Amino acid sequence: MSNDINKRREFLMASLKMGAGLVVGSLGVLGARRADAAIKNVPGWPAETFGQKALNAAMESALGTTHVPVSTKIRVSAPTIAENGGAVPVSVVVDWPMTEADYIESVYLFVEHNPLPLTSEYHFTPANGVAYFAERIKMAKTDRIRVIAKTNKGKLMAAAPREVKVTIGGCGG
Amino acid sequence: MEQFGGPMIRMPSHAKKGSVIEIRSLIIDPMITGLVKNKAGVIPRADFIQSVTVTFNDKVLTTAEWGTAISANPYLAIKMRAEASGTLKMTWRDNRGRHWSTKAKLTVR
Repeated sequence: MSNDINKRREFLMASLKMGAGLVVGSLGVLGARRADAAIKNVPGWPAETFGQKALNAAMESALGTTHVPVSTKIRVSAPTIAENGGAVPVSVVVDWPMTEADYIESVYLFVEHNPLPLTSEYHFTPANGVAYFAERIKMAKTDRIRVIAKTNKGKLMAAAPREVKVTIGGCGG
Repeated sequence: MEQFGGPMIRMPSHAKKGSVIEIRSLIIDPMITGLVKNKAGVIPRADFIQSVTVTFNDKVLTTAEWGTAISANPYLAIKMRAEASGTLKMTWRDNRGRHWSTKAKLTVR
């Protein structure tokens, strides 16, 4: 008789604990998107280049040089004045063939005086048909956008710096 | 309100062979820089999408590496020469181990 009571107590305690565990577990699942998950860079993500705090250092890290000839083949479109520095639309197109023999392999976009100048890096294949991208970027203040393209043969070209006047800086949030 | 996910691709469903089509995408993500104090006076750690992979018929078309200066709810447009019918797949990966994928079909005549 006492055994039964003890067993029942044990069972009740165990199920209470399990029940509590289940509740905590499901809160954990629901809350997962808000929980501060551990930082774990995507393997292969160029952390060192994205972590550079000055344009020259970022260029050196990304390209191995800071001297890149300017070319009119790279067209950068951005607003002359951006009302919201938190979302400045930019598009880049490179007037270059995209054949297996000769194509634009990489394009790098920097914002000269942003805390971390390298903003984005694109790797294309001939199947793109054209080296083009459009994105929205944050600019901390009035600044210049620098775009550099690299061909599959390693040829580097830079677009003329593109100034964007920013009325409300975009580093917030 | 959902803070992450909901990836979308907008592109033509049909294209003429040899034409170049535009592929537009959007995903919900706060792209937290890790550099700015919030209203509570705390600087939340960086939480942002770092890597985007676009494949067509399982072959890599384009990859993108992003830093924290990409705007919240990242928009991305690229182009592709329509050579064959198939499936475009995009995968976004962030610095917290999260990832999202979505697909779109293309018919090429």
